[in-house]
Amino acid sequence: MAHTANSDFKTRLQNWIPKLVLSPSVAMMLVFVYGFILFSVYLSFTDSRLLPSYGWVGLENYSKLWRLSHWEISLKNMGIFAALYIAICTSIGLGLAIFLDQKIRGEGLLRPIYLYPMALSFIVTGTAWKWFLDPGIGLENVMHTWGWESFEFRWIKDRNFAIYTVVLAAVWQTSGFVMAMFLAGLRGIDNEILKAAQMDGASNWNLYRRIIIPQLRPAFLSAFVILSHLAIKTFDLVIALTGGGPGRATELPATFMYSYTFTRNQMGIGAASATIMLMTIAAIMIPYLYSELREKR
Amino acid sequence: MSVASQDTAIRTGRITRTLIYVVLILFALFYMLPLYVMVVNSVKPLSEITGGGMMNLPREFTLDPWFKAWSSAQIGVEPTGLAPYFWNSIKMVVPAVAISTVLGALNGYVLTKWRFKYDTILFGLMLFACFIPFQIVLIPMARMLGLMGLAGTTWGLALVHVVYGIGFTTLYFRNYYAVFPTELIRAAQIDGAGFFQIFWRILLPSSGPIAVVSIIWQFTNIWNDFLFGASFAGADSQPMTVALNNLVQASHGVKEYNVHFAGAILAAMPTLLVYIVAGRYFVRGLMAGSVKG
Amino acid sequence: MRAILKSKATVVAAVMASTTMVAAEDVEVLHWWTSGGEAAALNVLKQDLEGQGIGWTDMPVAGGGGEQAMTVLRARVTGGNAPTAVQGLGFDILDWGNQGSLANLNDVAAKEGWDDVVPDALKAFAKVDGKWVSAPVNVHSTNWVWANKAVLDANGIAVPTTWDEFTAALDTLKSAGVTPIAHGGQAWQDATVFDAVAMSVLGPDGYKAAFIDLDEGTLGSEGMKEAFDRMAVIRANVDDNFSGRDWNLATAMVINGEAGFQMMGDWAKGEFLNADKVPGEDFLCFRFPGTAEQVTFNADQFMMFDQGGAVSAEQAALASAILSPSFQSAFNVVKGSVPARTDVSDADFDDCGKQGMKDLAAAAASGNLFGSMAHGHAAPASVKNAIYDVVTAHFNGEYDSETAVAELVDAVSIAK
Repeated sequence: MAHTANSDFKTRLQNWIPKLVLSPSVAMMLVFVYGFILFSVYLSFTDSRLLPSYGWVGLENYSKLWRLSHWEISLKNMGIFAALYIAICTSIGLGLAIFLDQKIRGEGLLRPIYLYPMALSFIVTGTAWKWFLDPGIGLENVMHTWGWESFEFRWIKDRNFAIYTVVLAAVWQTSGFVMAMFLAGLRGIDNEILKAAQMDGASNWNLYRRIIIPQLRPAFLSAFVILSHLAIKTFDLVIALTGGGPGRATELPATFMYSYTFTRNQMGIGAASATIMLMTIAAIMIPYLYSELREKR
Repeated sequence: MSVASQDTAIRTGRITRTLIYVVLILFALFYMLPLYVMVVNSVKPLSEITGGGMMNLPREFTLDPWFKAWSSAQIGVEPTGLAPYFWNSIKMVVPAVAISTVLGALNGYVLTKWRFKYDTILFGLMLFACFIPFQIVLIPMARMLGLMGLAGTTWGLALVHVVYGIGFTTLYFRNYYAVFPTELIRAAQIDGAGFFQIFWRILLPSSGPIAVVSIIWQFTNIWNDFLFGASFAGADSQPMTVALNNLVQASHGVKEYNVHFAGAILAAMPTLLVYIVAGRYFVRGLMAGSVKG
Repeated sequence: MRAILKSKATVVAAVMASTTMVAAEDVEVLHWWTSGGEAAALNVLKQDLEGQGIGWTDMPVAGGGGEQAMTVLRARVTGGNAPTAVQGLGFDILDWGNQGSLANLNDVAAKEGWDDVVPDALKAFAKVDGKWVSAPVNVHSTNWVWANKAVLDANGIAVPTTWDEFTAALDTLKSAGVTPIAHGGQAWQDATVFDAVAMSVLGPDGYKAAFIDLDEGTLGSEGMKEAFDRMAVIRANVDDNFSGRDWNLATAMVINGEAGFQMMGDWAKGEFLNADKVPGEDFLCFRFPGTAEQVTFNADQFMMFDQGGAVSAEQAALASAILSPSFQSAFNVVKGSVPARTDVSDADFDDCGKQGMKDLAAAAASGNLFGSMAHGHAAPASVKNAIYDVVTAHFNGEYDSETAVAELVDAVSIAK
């Protein structure tokens, strides 16, 4: 091996450097993400309670999990929450971005106002929202003191509607960020095409529908990835805003998982719920990522 | 390349414009609401809050809650305020953001300009890793940190944040470098430039905008993280969010809401500042790459 | 991964490697007492130790009545980096003791005679296999009712001693336009009320059978249905905005005279005292009607984690300082609870505190002292939370009493 020509060695080194550079990240990812996922899946078949333990119990944790009405509630809530959250954030984000793109005066002021919620942690913002939504002290009370006696807004106290207040607060936090992504996408569109289309007499509505929005496809990808990851990880928000209540009406899989793993000392069931969550995420994300990444080749 | 010149070529009528302004301002009010509640209540004496009227403007204005939250509120046994924890957070956030951004840039560079077999699959794996719920990594991570001798240290905490941030930084840089003309790279290669030379001389100088995006994203997430900070920090490296939580969640005892709100705004100050100061570059950075295919 | 906690040697080695930051003579204390009064009381302990040349490394993690701290503890132990002393409650202590993670304090305990002064019901949570593993700080009792005296007087209500008197008082208050019961709709608060209600219906034997022995017959009994029916009565007497309210805001309603009663543990007293209210004059404290003889309790303790075989000198000093009568008195006067040892003078306590100490001693002597289900001193965390789920679902109108009883039996069997 010592006899290879110097230049040959250099080329080979050059071929290896990129992979070497990538390897620490790949190694970390394999151990800390996929290794841990495997570990967690393994735990879901064991009798782990307070700490991991390794007595094999087969599918017992899964059968217990599906007997819990609590788990069904959190799955149903996840469906409602994720669908509404992603849809509303995307539409508000896109709408605001389009509006803000119309040579608005004061854009420099409005943009940070839309963006700042992303900077706040929900540990305390949750309290502000909780007060605002509380009929006794918040919006309803203010409306009453302003003379609108019949005004009613008590979603947070109603177990059929409380999940929508979680959506509201979550939308508040991230829709501005989504706006920024779409705004960036809009600013990147070539104005020449638009001008040409305008010459042809296309209406604004058609310009957006036919030309502009289709060009925002990469922005939709980024928004979807970021929003769905935030939706799945929504945890602090629920804890601060409703504590999972009224009753258990606003539990989400993340709070379920945390509570079974850590506060209820039923790590096996917690791991089983995590496994199902991950499988669901994979079922949705893998086809999506596959189609998006493949087309770019 | 000023922002204004990139506004859309769409023309709108007067009524439409008025309507647009109304909608924009209404949304601005919506976004400001919780901040209003927090600010207004942070400058009231406690009696005014517990007496009701949480939405009203203060009758008596005071900045005491702010001073208290910063320097004398009860966080643990000692009434230290949030101040010492602020530095703990800085010490952890700066290396974590720097390392994850550099790694993200290098990864993005390799994945777009030094393509190899299965690179897309690797990228897909990295992207999917962003979705792992943090609750399930807590116990195995604690074990790994213990084995590496990093349990309870600032470096251990920084490592955790790097690990779970790389997916995002790689995503940003990869999308950014994907539209960077590959011909320039090939030309430099023919001139004999090596892997790092190309990165250093050609890609890095034009990476400013996307670096801003990556830094803002990482900074916000890491600064606001509570779960990892509480679990993996030692007694002398607890970050700001843990202190804020101790201030706010004190179980039995009078809840000083005014101090809590002041503390919350103080804790968010660095991220708020980053958004306000760098907000303009943020949109520009996103525009320059991350949302283009 | 398989080796986690299996090989003691590696754990010990990891502990030794990672405690280098903390000086050898220090104790590192993980706790969630971060409110002003509690921290001031802990400071007494800290200074006591510092007087003996032992440093105090503070590791506060608040949230969820210690839930957050317990999560952190698990990360610390798994990482081989357990704190010296950790605040703990009920079954958490037993769980860690059974894992073999706690140090044996029997030498200190024998020297200072803990066995003679700590009530048996409490010892059950401080000893594992006959070994003292943690040092009890206080006893909270949870079956208290707090009342605004002015409101009761104005409506001609005497302190109710039976369920019927209580419901009559609730009706009187309701017709007078006062919210009869101040309540915060959070699972643990619902369960705190349920504890007292179940005790009043089932009696001490039934309470023990249901929540401590987890006997299915009692859990599914007619009496349990009656307890849920009474919860429904209480639900009908709280205001519309109860859900999600913090307990201290509910206490404020009683203080301000917006509401008549609140069922809450003795920590609520601190809120009254902070508002300059005087026990007996401005507010009243009495046992939940029908539970005058009984005390349901929860107790804060400090678990001592094994630091390599033997209990360390610092841990022994800390444990002995915690159980010293002077600290027990000083701390509990501030905290609203009563001392964990029954031989402490009540001179510094207010009327409610004095009564609490008397009740505790009497209940301990007559076998009427029981761990509180709602506060993790009757059944393990998994069962406790399973009961929470049912109680809170019923209280929020999801189940009627019949369904609730059936769900209760089912939920407990899954969690056991």
